[in-house]
Parts: sequence; structure tokens; C-alpha cells
Amino acid sequence: MTGVTLQALLSHWWRNPLQLFTLLAGLALATALWSGVQAVNAEARASYDAAAATLGEGQFDRLQRRDGQPMDQQAFIDLRRAGWLVSPVVQGRFNGVRIIGIDLLTAPGSIGPVDLTGDVAIDAFLTGEGQLFANPEAAAQLPDLNVRISPETAPNTAVTDIGVAQRLLGKEGQIDSLIIAPNQPIGRPDLADIAPQLIRQQAQGGSDIGRLTDSFHLNLTAFGLLSFAVGIFIVNGAIGLAFEQRRPVVRTLRALGLPLRRLILLMGAELMLFALVAGAIGVALGYVIAALLLPDVAATLRGLYGADVAGNLQLRPVWWLSGLAIALGGTAIAASGALYGLSKMPLLAAAQPRALAMAAGRRAMIQGILAAMLIALSIVLMFTADGLIGGFALLGSLLIGAALALPLILDRVLAGASLTAKSVSAQWFWADTRQQLPGLSLALMALLLAMAANIGVSTMVSSFRLTFIDFLDQRLASELYVSTENASQTADLLAFAAPRVDEILPIQNADTEVAGQPTQVFGADDNRTYRENWTFLQSTADPWDTTFAGDSIVINEQLARRSALSISDTVTLQDTTFTIAGIYGDYGNPIGQAVISEAQFQRLYPDIAPTRFGLRMDPDAVADFVAAMEAEAGIPASQTINQAGIKAISLQVFERTFTVTTALNILTLAVAGFAILMSLLTLATMRIPQLAPAWAVGMTRRKLGQLELLRAVLLAVLTAIVALPLGLALAWALLAVVNVAAFGWKLPMFLFPFDYARLGLFALFAAALAAAWPAIRLSRTPPADLLKVFSNER
Amino acid sequence: MLLNVTNIHKTYQAADGPFEVLRGVDLTLEAGETLALTGESGSGKSTLLHLIGGLDTPDQGMIMVDGRDIAALDDEGRAELRRGKVGVVFQQFNLIPSLKVADNIAFQARLGGRHEAGWTEVLADRMGLTPHLAKYPEQLSGGQQQRVAIARTLAPKPALVLADEPTGNLDETTAGTVMDLMLELVTEAGAGLLMVTHSETLAARMSRGLHLRAGRVA
Repeated sequence: MTGVTLQALLSHWWRNPLQLFTLLAGLALATALWSGVQAVNAEARASYDAAAATLGEGQFDRLQRRDGQPMDQQAFIDLRRAGWLVSPVVQGRFNGVRIIGIDLLTAPGSIGPVDLTGDVAIDAFLTGEGQLFANPEAAAQLPDLNVRISPETAPNTAVTDIGVAQRLLGKEGQIDSLIIAPNQPIGRPDLADIAPQLIRQQAQGGSDIGRLTDSFHLNLTAFGLLSFAVGIFIVNGAIGLAFEQRRPVVRTLRALGLPLRRLILLMGAELMLFALVAGAIGVALGYVIAALLLPDVAATLRGLYGADVAGNLQLRPVWWLSGLAIALGGTAIAASGALYGLSKMPLLAAAQPRALAMAAGRRAMIQGILAAMLIALSIVLMFTADGLIGGFALLGSLLIGAALALPLILDRVLAGASLTAKSVSAQWFWADTRQQLPGLSLALMALLLAMAANIGVSTMVSSFRLTFIDFLDQRLASELYVSTENASQTADLLAFAAPRVDEILPIQNADTEVAGQPTQVFGADDNRTYRENWTFLQSTADPWDTTFAGDSIVINEQLARRSALSISDTVTLQDTTFTIAGIYGDYGNPIGQAVISEAQFQRLYPDIAPTRFGLRMDPDAVADFVAAMEAEAGIPASQTINQAGIKAISLQVFERTFTVTTALNILTLAVAGFAILMSLLTLATMRIPQLAPAWAVGMTRRKLGQLELLRAVLLAVLTAIVALPLGLALAWALLAVVNVAAFGWKLPMFLFPFDYARLGLFALFAAALAAAWPAIRLSRTPPADLLKVFSNER
Repeated sequence: MLLNVTNIHKTYQAADGPFEVLRGVDLTLEAGETLALTGESGSGKSTLLHLIGGLDTPDQGMIMVDGRDIAALDDEGRAELRRGKVGVVFQQFNLIPSLKVADNIAFQARLGGRHEAGWTEVLADRMGLTPHLAKYPEQLSGGQQQRVAIARTLAPKPALVLADEPTGNLDETTAGTVMDLMLELVTEAGAGLLMVTHSETLAARMSRGLHLRAGRVA
């Protein structure tokens, strides 16, 4: 029984290859977009974990200098002599590779990805022969060094003995931090008695960089999920239409003696088989997408978070298995409604004409109630949502609610339009368009989601761009920035520049914690540049006066939001309490930042001398100044960067940040266009009985084809009209809720009518293109096919 | 007794309230007997046929097919009955459009595990379908499609054949040919035939007739 039934079921697809293609392609695309994003996330997370393992990040408490600067090696010796079980770490960049020096004899056991119990020459590691461990990519960047390949090493990282690292990095006698072993002897002296300049940083229980980049990956995941949802709409549509077309066959099979349970089981198995095939194709496509996206993601993560991510992709079993699982799960979700409907459909009712439309009519009320509930929930969340989960709940309820409401809105609009119809053909057109809605609604919902996502994300990105450029203009006021390598060069620079520039702004900062958040504290002297260029989101009447007087501090928005700080609150740096006088926007910075007066900075961090300087001067004089500085003061041009250059770098980081989301956006829109094409092509075969009477009473096939085209464009226009407010609501949610939770800053929202109009035209073009082929096919339908409608032989 | 229908009642929910389509129908049919079920539209003929075929269930009464009460069977049991004992010929043919003629003819017999290749070849030959075995149903005329449907019904050698206006969609000449073949094969097989028809000519060719009026035997 099973074999012959499967033959009958599968023969449907053999005879309807286009429908099979729609189903497989929809599912494969959905899986591809989802698993592509997941592959990128998995690769990045694996890189963070490898980095965390290398440095023991998050596993062990550490000792660092209060100002974040390297400490003298003597501190390590003093602590060990006092009984503290600590192990030194040195790190820095060499040829672009992160060099990490550890002391294998004192390091806690689980540090380092390198398995030293294997064939590794431990003596070479220990005796300072210069052996380093790195993966092949990093090793290629260190051609002149004795690098041993160790694939498990974190990307762009080389691990070596501390002595080797100190020599390579020019940090002889210096240590960046000390790892504290978990089990310490009882009765050892207090840290303050031995090394008062050090502070203990608590282990975070996980990868810092992993947590820092969580929001970025959550954004990617959300996009992957949205793309997957659009794909599932296609699958749902394809399955729904296939079931609709097979209703007569289902009735026949049951009438001939096939039990309902067996039929549902076999139809489910048939779909799962397709899901496996499409899932495998999707996973392969996902790999390609991930490979294309990964370089941009890696660049973004490096630029925005300083996180190193491998540039090449690995095929991880968990990843491709989860890709197949999501394909199976997605198919199950998409088919559950159709299979449930089949299980409840009385045998004799199964072949009723227009069953889909009638069932859609019955579902309309439930769908309407669900849509209203979700939209109401999203309105509540707009005022109450806090955090990323709340933000994404808002986005989800808003998008799904609107998608569910779309067919009902379109139906009401078409019903209203039909009342205005004067001619018979117009009356028929509106009525026929309404009748087609149930079959097309899923594709239109997919289009709505894709367009709304496009409007929302492009509004967010463009708003961000405008704000960011304005922010760069404010913050990068100096015409030239110069770095110095040592005190002598600093003195040379100051002596050379003082008579030649308008102002010299020393830039000095210390890495510390403020209100429990990692923060960079800057010292600034009283200068018009700050007063004239920095704008505050909130401030007292005279923020700079009190800050430069040494009483106040100004902090960035991220720090204020994360620590719930506001104007007039106080924060403590070491032993000094400052009142917050201003909160400024600091877009693109993942961590907290604060500015105090230069005098206070020097008092709190006496060992830090400025090594970067902003120079205010005539912009046209910059080139001559750089040349003269190189010739007269011996400071090479490579140690300078002009305002335009630093803005270009900042904007480049920014643009790459959104390259990934833009790519996913375009893919999602393309998938929606594909959904319309496939729905129209599939529906075209079912349209003949509806069109034949119109043809019989005098409409030409050409006219019918034109009306089909007009119908698709009209529905796309109506969908675009609904998508606009939805997209703007989405943009608002992204800017005011998700961004705040993910990055710590809120952005003003700008509108871009030209972009929306362009997107609308693109959607119309896509709809017209998708409708063109079915319309041409219809206009060429042989009269014999149309005549069959009127014979009893159908 | 091949078929014994006793006091069958069936009510449908219509738009304007419940509509009792069968109001206590009794009938019997012996193996090898042919019975024409006639009546006006809405008199309950097709409903009665569907109940006997296990396609629907009565609200009240008993339907015994070859000694089994099908009203007491669940979906699985009624499906099993249709795979073996009872075959149904529909007015709309209900062929599987994606299967070729040969596969359509053999389908029900294979479904019920009663497929005999020789017998299906004989059926195809007797029905004049041998030249069309590799075609799809849509490539056949209405008369040819109905012959495929009849061959499919007879392939598992059912004890009871139910036919719901099997020639209703055919012209008079084709209808005559199709009926000749069906009666000939049913008689040869010794099966019982219950046929719903509006045609007095066809009804006259059955061994006896039963007329329904407003849900009752007239």
C-alpha cells in the first residue's frame, strides 16, 4: 500500500516540476540564509573561544596596573616571593599578528590552546629559542620567525614564551598583566602591601569579547531569522498550493481505500524527504553565503570591537546538522497547517472547488484577531520594551502582526475599490483580484516583510550615517594627529610644532573601570576646541567650566546608560569623586569613556605621558607641516594622520559594519521577489477556470494577460503602501530600542523619501517582472485549454 | 445476502438549518444482482451510495456488507472495506491525473494487495484501453476516462460495485457502450451492482429498481 501510494503522491511533482522547484528553492533559500548567518556566527564564536582559551580570558582573575599600562617585571618577582601564585603575560602586535607571551612554568594548567604534551618541543618553548605557535594564516605573516603550526591557536595570534615575546615587542623587563591561579596559599600578604600600584580584575566567567560582540551576532541572527521566515512563507505557499491542487487526488485515494492516517503519514514523509534534499542544497548555499560575508564580518568585528576572527570558514558538523534540522523544522511548521486541515477535512468535502479560498475565508477572522493582538502587543512593547530580548519581541510582534493583517487590509481595499467600478470589466477585475488574494497572500506577506525590513534597516543605517558623520566633524576637530614613540620625540614635536600651529591638544588616556564598566578616561586641558565642538545629549549649564576646574567629569552615553548614570550623579576614580556635568554621544565606541581635566588626570595617573597630539592649524598647511616635521624634527609622516584620513578610516569601519546587513537585506528582497514569481506561476495553472468565462464572453487573451500584469503591480503597490509605515515603525524600534540595548546609544531618526520611492519602484519592477512570464503564458493559452473549462471532461 | 441496509437516517447541516436527507431507508442486494437507484435531485440517492461505500457514516441504522456492519467500523476499517469488498465508480471519474492509464487501472488493486497483472491486462483489453496504457488521463476522451475508472474499480474483484451516475457526463452512444462493458464484467464476476442513475433507459437494464422520494423508498 505504501509503495503504490508514494508513487501516486510523488507523480504529482513529476507532472508539476515548477511547483516542486518552488518548494525546494524556497526551502533551500530559507535554509541558506539562515545557515549562512549561523556559519558566520559560529566561526566568530569559535575564534573568540580560541582567543579566550589562549589567554584564559574570563577564567582567571588578573592583576593590572590601575592605569592599564605595562608593569615592571619586578612586581611579578615581588609577588611570587610573597607567596602569590601569579603568572606573567605580555602581549602586543608584531607584523599585524597578536603576540602573546606566557610563562609556561607558572601558568595555570588550562591556559593556551597548544597541547604541550604532544610532539611539541617544550624545551624549545622554554629555552627562548624563539619558537612560536600559530595557525597557518598567522604563521604566514611571520615569515622570519621560528613558527610551529598549531591549527587550534586563535586566529591572527601567536603564542610564545614570555622572554621571546618581550624581545619581539620591545617590552624587555615589562609585563602587561599577571594571571592569578585559582588556588592561592593561605596567609599570603595583601596585594596593597606588596604591589599597591596593581588592581585585581575579577574573572567575568566567559569570553569578554564574546559578550561584547553578542549584540552584533544577535543582530545577524535576527536578520537570518527574518530571511528564514520569508523563505518559510514561500514554502508554506508552495505546500498550500500543492495540497490545494492535490485535493481531488486525496479524495480519490481515500475513496479507493487509503486510510487517512496512512495518507497524512506518507504526505509528511514525502515533505521531510524534500526538506532533507532542499536542506542539503541550502546548507551548501549557506556555506557560499557565509564565505562571501565572512571577510566583511571579520573586518567589522576587528574595526568595531578589536576582535580577531578567522577569515576562512570551517565546515563544522554542528553547523550543517543544525542547517538540516532547521530545514526539517521549517517544513514541519509550514506543512503543519495543511496537514492538520487535511486531517480534519471530511472525505466528501475534500474536492470542493475553491476550498482554499473558502478555508481562507474561515481563517480570516482568527487571523484578524491574532493580527490585532500582536499589533496591540507591539504598541505596548514600544513603551515598555527594555533590553535586546524586549526589542526583538517588539520587532517580531510588529512584523508578524502586520504580515497577518496584510491580506485583510488588501481585501477591504479591493472591496472598497470594487464599489467604484463603473464598467463590467472593471467589476470583474476587482472581484477576480479579491478571489486571487488567498493564493497570493503568502507571497505578498513575504514581500511586505522584505520591504519593511529594507525600509527599516536603510532608515537606521542612513540615520546612523548622518549622525556619525556629524559626530566625526565635531569630535575630529584637529587638522592633524601625531603619535610619538618616546619622551624625546614628544619633546621634539612640541618644540617644532608650538610656533607653527594654532594649538596643541595632548591626548592621554588610561584604561580603568568607572561605575563597574570598562572605561577609557581622558585628560583634557581647557581648550576652545572642546568647548566649541563637543555637543552634549544632556549637560549642566557649564559642563566644561566645572570639568576643567577639576570638579566634574563628562561621560559618554554608553557609560551613562549601562551604569544608569545621569547629570549630577557622582562617580569615583581611585579616591576622587567627580560630579557628572555632561553626557555626550560617542557612536561606534563599544566601551565607556570619560573626560576629566588634565590636572586631575596627571594627579590620578602620574605615570602616563601623552603620546598622541591633535594639532589645530590651517588645513591647507598640513602637507607642508608634515614634510617640514619629518625633515627638521625627525618625526616621519607614518606617525601622522590627518583629519580627512582618520575620518575615512572611521567611515570605512562604519560602512563595513553595515555591509553584512545590507547584503542580507538585498537577499531577503530577492527571495520575496522569487516568492511572487513562483506563486504567480503556480497559480497560473489554477487560473484557467476563472479566466475562461471572461474570455468566452469577449475578452481577448491579450487583454486578460495585461490585466494579470496590472493585478500583480497593483497588489505590489498596495503592499508597498502598507510596508512604508511598517518599515518606519521598524526603524524607530531599531534606533530607539534595539540600538540602545545592543550598543548603548540612541540615535535620532531621519526620513529618506527618495530612498523609499526608489525601493517602491524596485518592488513594482520586481512584481511586474515576476508577473510578466505568467501573463505572457496566459495570453498564449491555446483556446482548446480554455474550452475545456466548459466541457464535462475536465 | 451481499448488502442489507436497514432504517438508515442521515441529516446534514444546511445554511437554513438541519436537512434530513435520508429518513429510514431499507434495501437489500444479493450477489450477482443489479439494482438501479433512481429519484429526483436531492432525494438522497448519492448520499445513500456514499454511506454504503463507507465514504460517510449514517446517523442511525445499519449497513451490512457481506455480513459486516460498516456503520460500526472506524476510518481504517471502512478504508479496508473499500480496498477489497466495495468498489466505487464516480460520475467525475476521479482518476489520478499524474499517473498513466496503466497505473491508474492497477492502482486500487495494488493498494489493497489484490493486484493480478493478467486480470488488469484483460480488463484493459476488454475496455479497449490497451493502446492508451502509456497515456495520461487528460489525453483521453470522457468515455475513455470512465472506462479507465471502471477498470480500476473492477481490478481488485470487489464483491459489491457502487456506481454514482457513471455515464452522467457521457453522450448517449458512449454511455451505452460503457454500460454494456460494466454490466458484462460485473455479471461475469458475480458481483452485486448498485447504480444511481437518472436515466430510465439504464435503469431498465438492471435486474430491479428502487425509487427514492424525499429520503424514503417510494
